[in-house]
Amino acid sequence: MADNSNPHTIRTSIWREEAEADNPFATRVAYCRGYDVYGEMLGQARWVEMLYLLFMNEAPTPAQAELLESLALALANPGPRDPSVHAAMCGGVCGSTAASSLMAALAVGAGQLAGGREVYNAATGWAACGTDLAAWRHWFAEPAIEPGSVWSTPEHPPGFDAHGVSTATPVKQTLACLAGYGVGPRLPWLLKNQPDLEAAAGRPLALSGVAAAAFVDLGFSPEQSEMLHLLLRLPGAAAHALEQRPMGYKKFPFGVVELEGDAAEQTA
Amino acid sequence: MNGPDLLGKHFGVLKSRMGTFYPGSHVVFRGHDLHQDLKDMDWLALYVFGITGRRFGETQLRLMHAIWTYTSYPDVRLWNNRVAALAGSTRSTGTLGMAAALAVSEASIYGGGILMRAIEFFIRCRQRIEQGEDLIACIHQELAAHRSIGGYGRPLINGDERIEPLLTLARSLGLDQGPHLKLAFDVEARLLGGRWRMKMNYAALVAALGADLGLSAREFYLFMFPVFLAGMPPGYIEAGEKPEGTLYPIPCDHILYEGQSRRTWPRSNNS
Repeated sequence: MADNSNPHTIRTSIWREEAEADNPFATRVAYCRGYDVYGEMLGQARWVEMLYLLFMNEAPTPAQAELLESLALALANPGPRDPSVHAAMCGGVCGSTAASSLMAALAVGAGQLAGGREVYNAATGWAACGTDLAAWRHWFAEPAIEPGSVWSTPEHPPGFDAHGVSTATPVKQTLACLAGYGVGPRLPWLLKNQPDLEAAAGRPLALSGVAAAAFVDLGFSPEQSEMLHLLLRLPGAAAHALEQRPMGYKKFPFGVVELEGDAAEQTA
Repeated sequence: MNGPDLLGKHFGVLKSRMGTFYPGSHVVFRGHDLHQDLKDMDWLALYVFGITGRRFGETQLRLMHAIWTYTSYPDVRLWNNRVAALAGSTRSTGTLGMAAALAVSEASIYGGGILMRAIEFFIRCRQRIEQGEDLIACIHQELAAHRSIGGYGRPLINGDERIEPLLTLARSLGLDQGPHLKLAFDVEARLLGGRWRMKMNYAALVAALGADLGLSAREFYLFMFPVFLAGMPPGYIEAGEKPEGTLYPIPCDHILYEGQSRRTWPRSNNS
């Protein structure tokens, strides 16, 4: 039995199971945060409600569920030009395992350029600055540096487009849509103050910045925001990896290498 | 140059000083022909050459080998190894299991995260001491930032069986006199003497030795990436030889639930 002194138990406030009478290892009933998953939620609850419930202690309000679902749609496919999807396709074109394609998408999509860590950093910015433009200006001017981190120092303001010239249309469309749900203060404030915030950052807003604001408005921590961003961008990676598989590597960009410096001496 | 101009400049062509291969002909590895110039190179030596562009001597490579060997534990209770073993138990592939296990090894309380913190601290601390700062000030600042010093204390026990064998080898190779290793012991002395009571663990020792070998923090981090790998295949194999699903089977009533009690799903939310 599970108790505090048993070293073989798993502690959780998310999940509880009751066993079948004939098998202590087979689940008869599973509860998520107290709700009967297969006996009650199944057929009643939406996937995004389950997703929210797993991360939070309570079910989402209808507006929160709508916001999360729209955010999930916006993030579902970064497209085949995105490095994380590119990585997944590298698995697909040569017939690597399905999991390896998703692992590749996760690894590449974990970074500070449009990835999970960028969303973590941007969500940290929202937690620190909220809807205070002066605080954002200070945050951009003096970014926190963490010595000894496995993550390199960010090369652009988190949540903003490293190579952008103006705000991309899908970013504007997503922000306008998500701000309309009225779930929290950050998205509407971002919509209103976007030009000022972009001027302070010196870059146009990126989808990762909108996503971070949405995650924080939904009540997620930076850690939860990072994890959800990783998760919600996987569908496109999976689909593109599978699509490339029958086409093979011959129909996938390989590139040309031009050696520089000492290495060039060996090109003959 | 920035923005779309910068991206456009890199479109289609990959410029590299690291290398490439010419199918059917030869391979250039950091300016050297892999199958001519480097063909007799020890694998670890090649790995470190790929990271640093530098060649290390025989004694240095022997120490590097030992750094990997002495922490290769075939124990599936260790969290990273367990990932590989669970992959065996669920009949996943060995590559997936061990790749995930290596990724998990980049943890914040052991492995990649702590190794990076340890070497970065030693390099930064030594520079500050050379500029006249006091060691205890460096320690206090690090504790204020992280509530611990990377490489001191240990998740399971405050002591480390790997230290003496590696120190003995380093001594025999004449590689135990570097300034970072001395600093590592000075830090331990301060931590043991103060209220922290933390002993040096393997991460601090190998980080100090790595810095004394001339590795930068980033070079050391990449050198240490496969450090736990040799301990992983045994667990994967053994789990695969046993009946499927028999590694860490947990009965339903061994979930210690600490959350909300039973309640009814609010169907009104579905509208």
